[in-house]
Amino acid sequence: MDNRKADKKLKIVEEWCKGCNICVAFCPTNVLELRNNKVAIADIDKCTKCGLCELRCPDYAIYLEGSEDEK
Amino acid sequence: MKNRKVKLMQGNEACVEGALAAGMKFYAGYPITPSTEIAEICSQKLPLVGGKFIQMEDEIAGMAATIGGSLAGLKSMTATSGPGFSLKQENIGYAALAEVPCVIVDVQRAGPSTGLPTAPSQGDIMQAKWGTHGDHPVIALSPTSVKETFDLTVKCFNLSEKYRTPVMLMLDEIVGHMREKIEIPEADEIEIYDRKKPTQDEVDTYKAYRVNEGEIVPAMASFGEGFHFHVTGLMHDEFGFPSNDADTADKLLRRIMNKISDNVDDIVMFEEEFMEDAEMVVLAYGGTYRSARSAVKKARAMGLKVGLFKAITIWPFREKRVIEIAKDQKKILVPELNLGQYVLEVERIVAGKTEVHSLGKVNGEAITPDEILAKIREVL
Amino acid sequence: MSSQLIKNNFRMDRLPHIWCPGCGHGIIMRSMAQAIQNLGLDKQKVCIVSGIGCSSRAPGYMDFNTLHTTHGRALAFATGVKLANPELKVIVVTGDGDCSAIGGNHLIHTARRNIDITTIVFNNNIYGMTGGQYSPTTPTNDFGTTAPFGNIDKAFDICKLVDGAGATYVARGTAYHVNQLTKIIEKAISNIGFSLVDAISICPTYYGRKNKKGTAVQMMNYLKDSAVDTKVAEKLPPEKLENKFFIGEFKNTTEPEYTEEYMKIIKKYQKER
Repeated sequence: MDNRKADKKLKIVEEWCKGCNICVAFCPTNVLELRNNKVAIADIDKCTKCGLCELRCPDYAIYLEGSEDEK
Repeated sequence: MKNRKVKLMQGNEACVEGALAAGMKFYAGYPITPSTEIAEICSQKLPLVGGKFIQMEDEIAGMAATIGGSLAGLKSMTATSGPGFSLKQENIGYAALAEVPCVIVDVQRAGPSTGLPTAPSQGDIMQAKWGTHGDHPVIALSPTSVKETFDLTVKCFNLSEKYRTPVMLMLDEIVGHMREKIEIPEADEIEIYDRKKPTQDEVDTYKAYRVNEGEIVPAMASFGEGFHFHVTGLMHDEFGFPSNDADTADKLLRRIMNKISDNVDDIVMFEEEFMEDAEMVVLAYGGTYRSARSAVKKARAMGLKVGLFKAITIWPFREKRVIEIAKDQKKILVPELNLGQYVLEVERIVAGKTEVHSLGKVNGEAITPDEILAKIREVL
Repeated sequence: MSSQLIKNNFRMDRLPHIWCPGCGHGIIMRSMAQAIQNLGLDKQKVCIVSGIGCSSRAPGYMDFNTLHTTHGRALAFATGVKLANPELKVIVVTGDGDCSAIGGNHLIHTARRNIDITTIVFNNNIYGMTGGQYSPTTPTNDFGTTAPFGNIDKAFDICKLVDGAGATYVARGTAYHVNQLTKIIEKAISNIGFSLVDAISICPTYYGRKNKKGTAVQMMNYLKDSAVDTKVAEKLPPEKLENKFFIGEFKNTTEPEYTEEYMKIIKKYQKER
């Protein structure tokens, strides 16, 4: 992983997640899973920080913190 | 002597002149007889003062764009007649709840439906108050002459800005289309009221629907001035955000109703003549008042003790004075170009303390002085 | 705690939003915010106007000048705002029913005028807020609570409708192809004239259930598998295009913009300052 992504950290806002399963289904490396209808990290090591989960989360309940747009 | 311009002017034109004098800078409407001259003249005159005119695709859009223009900071007006007035009702209710100042001119024509498009009527009086759904504040004025059309259009703008509410000018085809001499007051003679705005240092604390101490209505920012605020037709809290909370809804609706009912004395205008010895009063408004006045003068010349009451503010109704008239045992006759609408309000207020009579006409013609005189003699 | 994008562009205290689990509207709303941020627009000058329906709750969450109007009338309100203050960048959020059923008359006329307004249609093929009735974009034979025997209407192609009416930028995106959608919205906003983005959303709660389209994930996969970019489509044989729908940019022209034309009149005829 190049250093630009190294500082990013996957964050979950559990109270906003409505368990729609979109992030889990479209994560290319199966990092995520639903636990009692909330998104949870199954295997963080596989996360490539691609951000597809944040991109398609309808409820803003998962995102990469520390991405370059942090001012 | 002030060098006031003296002109022969059509009522509809005087309405536009009054609107311009009041600071109107935005008009959105749709052609409909007998109001179209208002749109035409606005299209000619607004660009001259840096204002904007737009002909929309229907009256619903006309009312919507008028509200949009006001929210962007311009004094806005629209004009129509019965069919268009019916189409505008939902958005008039929106302006009432969202407290958006704007002026709606209804040049009444014989209804219902397409009716008699070029014939006068006063058949939209109840629609002005109850046309849109739900309880909501209403201010409506009705001019009896070309000069009054000028003055009352200015008044409509001032009231809409002061009370942050839509105000209706209930013209009728008689006054709208007639031409009369008019002395146009100098600019400095005309009292102009502008909406109270929040100051720039309130940018971060501004609540779009909070009424500050000693104020009647919330200060009103315009879009684009640095205040990020929300406007909705849903019941809303002080920030303007939707709220289903019962107390919030109750408090908001009663506030916007009370801002009118608590200030009736400031809003209501009426005139009286020949009342001292009157045993009977002719209560009239709009174009019909002109016939009523000459009928009353004829009656008095015949020794009949008849007074004359001109309702200028139609809504809210002038309750206090009418109750006094009723207590003085003066009978009341209400001539109007409908089958008895405003008379219902008089009857409600008088509640049997005196006789109330109606003289209605719906054949598309104006009520003549002689018709009113005949009714006076019948009632007295 | 939220991402920077959300903190910068949303009214945090108004979140989470009211949309159902798996509804595509949240994705599209975020894409709008991303586009606005990418363009570096002055937030003071952005005004977002909406009608009534699920889509139209969006402005309440977004930290701009926001106006939530009456059903179908967003474009008419927005026209008033834009003409009164042409400096504002006016964006309309509307639903398929809101803009093409009750609002159809305003849609075609606003497009005809080519006034500088960007319209984002949150198109989920159903009336969601009122509980799943079919709308003008519900496909024929599909079901809605008011089409229990299958919809006999023919659906609008909103893009073709506004193209024919005079819009100068027309495109379609989906809640699955989010990066493309963001780019499309950026170009739509940048177009000085009437722009429309038909943003295909998903409604698992009503349209999905009523038509057995499966879960939110299955509906997203449908978007992924059935959307074909209009540029690619040209090179594909007909059988490859069967029951696919086209996304991407359909129209990008320049015509005189309504408020600019009106300001020329003012400049020419204005007497009193």
